[in-house]
Amino acid sequence: MRKGLAGQRLVAVFIAGMLLLNFPLLSLFDRPEQPFGIPLLHIYLFAVWFGLVLVIAWIVERGAR
Amino acid sequence: MLPSWLVVGASFAYLMVLFAVAYHGDRRADQGRSVIDNPWTYTLSLGVYCTAWTYFGSVGRAASSGIGFLPVYLGPTLGFALAWLVLLKMIRIARSYRITSIADFIASRYGKSHVLGGLVTVIAVVGTVPYIALQLKAVASGYTLLVGDHDPALHPSGLPGWWSDGTLYVALTLAAFTILFGTRHLDTTERHEGMVAAIAFESVVKLLAFLAVGLYVSYVVYDGVGDLYSRAAQHPEFSGLLGLEGMQRMGYGGWFAHILLAMLSVIFLPRQFQIAVVENVNEAHLRRATWAFPAYLLAINLFVIPIALGGLLHFGRGEVDPDTFVLSLPLEHGDMALALLVFVGGLSAATGMVIVEVIALSTMVCNDLVMPILLRSRRLALGARRDLTGLLLGIRRGAIIVVLLLGYVYFRLAGEAYALVSIGLISFAAVAQFAPAMLGGMYWRGGTREGALVGLLAGFAVWIYTLLLPSFAKSGWLDPSFLEQGVFGAGWLQPEALFGLEGLDNISHALFWSLLANIGGYVFVSLRRAPSGAEASQGMLFVDVHRRGDGLPTSFWRGSAEVRDLMPLVARFLGQRRSEEAFADYARAHGVADALHLRADAELVHFAESLLAGAIGSASARVMVSSVVQEEVLGLGEVMDILDEATQVRAYSRKLEEKSRALEAATAELRAANERLQELDRLKDDFMSSVTHELRTPLTSIRAFSEMLLDDPDIDVADRQRFLGIVVSETERLTRLVNQVLDMAKIESGQAEWHTDDIDMRELLQHAVDSTGQVFRDRGVDVELVLPQAAPVLQGDRDRLLQVVLNLLSNAAKFVPRGAGRVCVALLDGPQEVRVDVSDNGPGIPAGMEEVIFQKFRQGGDERSRPQGTGLGLPISRQIVERHGGRLWLSANSAAGATFSFTLPLPAAGSTVELE
Repeated sequence: MRKGLAGQRLVAVFIAGMLLLNFPLLSLFDRPEQPFGIPLLHIYLFAVWFGLVLVIAWIVERGAR
Repeated sequence: MLPSWLVVGASFAYLMVLFAVAYHGDRRADQGRSVIDNPWTYTLSLGVYCTAWTYFGSVGRAASSGIGFLPVYLGPTLGFALAWLVLLKMIRIARSYRITSIADFIASRYGKSHVLGGLVTVIAVVGTVPYIALQLKAVASGYTLLVGDHDPALHPSGLPGWWSDGTLYVALTLAAFTILFGTRHLDTTERHEGMVAAIAFESVVKLLAFLAVGLYVSYVVYDGVGDLYSRAAQHPEFSGLLGLEGMQRMGYGGWFAHILLAMLSVIFLPRQFQIAVVENVNEAHLRRATWAFPAYLLAINLFVIPIALGGLLHFGRGEVDPDTFVLSLPLEHGDMALALLVFVGGLSAATGMVIVEVIALSTMVCNDLVMPILLRSRRLALGARRDLTGLLLGIRRGAIIVVLLLGYVYFRLAGEAYALVSIGLISFAAVAQFAPAMLGGMYWRGGTREGALVGLLAGFAVWIYTLLLPSFAKSGWLDPSFLEQGVFGAGWLQPEALFGLEGLDNISHALFWSLLANIGGYVFVSLRRAPSGAEASQGMLFVDVHRRGDGLPTSFWRGSAEVRDLMPLVARFLGQRRSEEAFADYARAHGVADALHLRADAELVHFAESLLAGAIGSASARVMVSSVVQEEVLGLGEVMDILDEATQVRAYSRKLEEKSRALEAATAELRAANERLQELDRLKDDFMSSVTHELRTPLTSIRAFSEMLLDDPDIDVADRQRFLGIVVSETERLTRLVNQVLDMAKIESGQAEWHTDDIDMRELLQHAVDSTGQVFRDRGVDVELVLPQAAPVLQGDRDRLLQVVLNLLSNAAKFVPRGAGRVCVALLDGPQEVRVDVSDNGPGIPAGMEEVIFQKFRQGGDERSRPQGTGLGLPISRQIVERHGGRLWLSANSAAGATFSFTLPLPAAGSTVELE
């Protein structure tokens, strides 16, 4: 039951990641703006990446207990 | 510039450290204290994904296309989100059927086919040997850069002679390492703990070295990442790198294609399969790796863009090869120690990849290319040589040397050619061809051998045509006009714009066409016919691997075999000692003392075949096993029969389990019922003895006084009068008792008559207190009656309820102290029920007797202090109250008095209490 739930969550995260890291959502962040002096696109990509790692870690480590 | 002896010395010192780590890992494994049995080591060893191509090439790609290098690392992150589903299944399958390489996986899945295994091996070798060459090239060019003899004037040939080429010695050292730790002995699981420990160590080294150079460039050479970006923004020629337009032809389609490509590669590259699946010690480690491996990739990519920008700002475009920025930036600023560290980091990235790739390839070459050919030769198959373990190890070691030398030769021949430097993604695209056959085989039962074969062939051919040949043409090895016009001058056959498809970069273009051909071939050819018996059985075993033991037989096999044939066969390939151990373990697990007494059933044959499969591949194992056992060739129908049988057996056993559970439950119920009956029987006996006892007491006194009257006619009138009075009162008592017993029996059997009247509880209580007034006055007891102003009318049997109240009052009267007793009767009017409390100031009910007093003939207290009574009052009262839908209980109890309460429900609007 728990394992099944974790599996579904991981699939959902995969789909979300695919959408966030591809056209068209990606194109929204390809702008000349530079918060903190760093291009928005670069911040966005690394932030999404880091977020994905955190969410996946939360899902799998939670199921481990 | 660094002296060459220092660089060479540092490199070989580093390689010696690797040997030490691997040696330590193997020692610990032999002692049973594995260093790699931990999720962090597993995660780090997966870092073998990051090769020298990552280490040096990412910066180069970032310098030319900005963020466009990132999909190669985003893909694995997304892919690993699904690892818990896909990789886990792969690990289970590989473990269950002793699969040790991708070639074996595919061959085994499609009916243990030699041809498929061989084809996969060829694709893997063609796709990855150039990649090995690239690693060697990275080491070589790093070395020349470091010692500063990259000036073409000094070495017109560009490369030293092979005998003085350090790269050759690096390659040979790696071959020695791989042979030492990769083929130490034949292992049926193909696990190499020392090697994995060394790879994990290398992952740490390359990460630290890359972070060091990243921090150095960002914070020592420049004033932080923000500074780098703002400086780059001042150069209009670099502005493209800050957004997506820097990716040029790649575009969003290419971005997606690269993510997909990397996602597939991270599973299907031979080295990734080796580390992630074959070397996996414990499936649970995958859990941590699911997020920690992407985190590793994130960490190693943090400084790629800063380093690329730093290099571009310092050297400008076109002066220095961006691939070498990680080395040339520290060199340029005179930080030799850091440059050496970076070189060692690059060396670790290159050697890690080479070692694992070569082990994986050598297993494939040995099991799926050489063994099948050797088995064809009559001499070997018939067992001219008893022990083949030496031969097997020899083939493995030979394969390792050959693969490494092939890589070295390709590196020497290709030099700076485009075909070599661009091999990273081209290699990825080659292994992506395994995806349809692998994934299809894991999730679809319908795939057939021909389908997989056609798919792989088609995909491989398209890959050669659209990626490999164009890379040769760009290197000048083929006529470049081929690129423009295609073969035979047919314009629509342009390799990088097949059928006129344009607007994609070459990788995405090739990936699309090759996967289209591959998947199309696989699906459509598979659908031409139903799977054969062998394909269907393997398909079932692979697809339903999570369901094993749940209606799935361990193997689909029918025939007859002899243990004394199977054991020597296994021993020939595994060695006498190891095979005896394996069979002894199997016998122990099946409760048989001697392996020779085992029954050679389907399970044992399957066991022997898996043992062999671990050593020589599943297809060869099948051939060998079938050479010593008599077996039926199973068609699809028979496979289905076996499956049905197994499912039925499983279903029957489940039914049996259910039945036995039901039986147990029934037994428990019966036991409980029996106990209850015995209890009732005991109660009945108690009841009988109580009743007779209670009847005998008055009878005895009646008889005694009657006899006295009969025997002595001279008794004076006063005494006679007194005696007769006693007789009468005892008779009354007897009558009362008999009445109560009858009453009780009637109520319990439901035969009592109930008369429903409207009852005003105030009036009823008043009446009860009035009628017992004389008794209380005799004993000097105060009775207090607390009544509300008005009480609702409820319905019930007035006489019976009166009986209840009288009973409670007479009980109270019996127990309160004479002369100082106080009894309080209170009526409480609630919204749904009325409640009557009868409290006294008697001694209370002894502890433990609170419920006993409601049982028949049970009275509180000991025999002597017990006042007169039948012991039926409270049980009858309770029956009556419950019959009215209420409750009677002891609501307060202490040494200062007891309170008995009962409630009666008020009739709901429009309905009446039905007593019957």
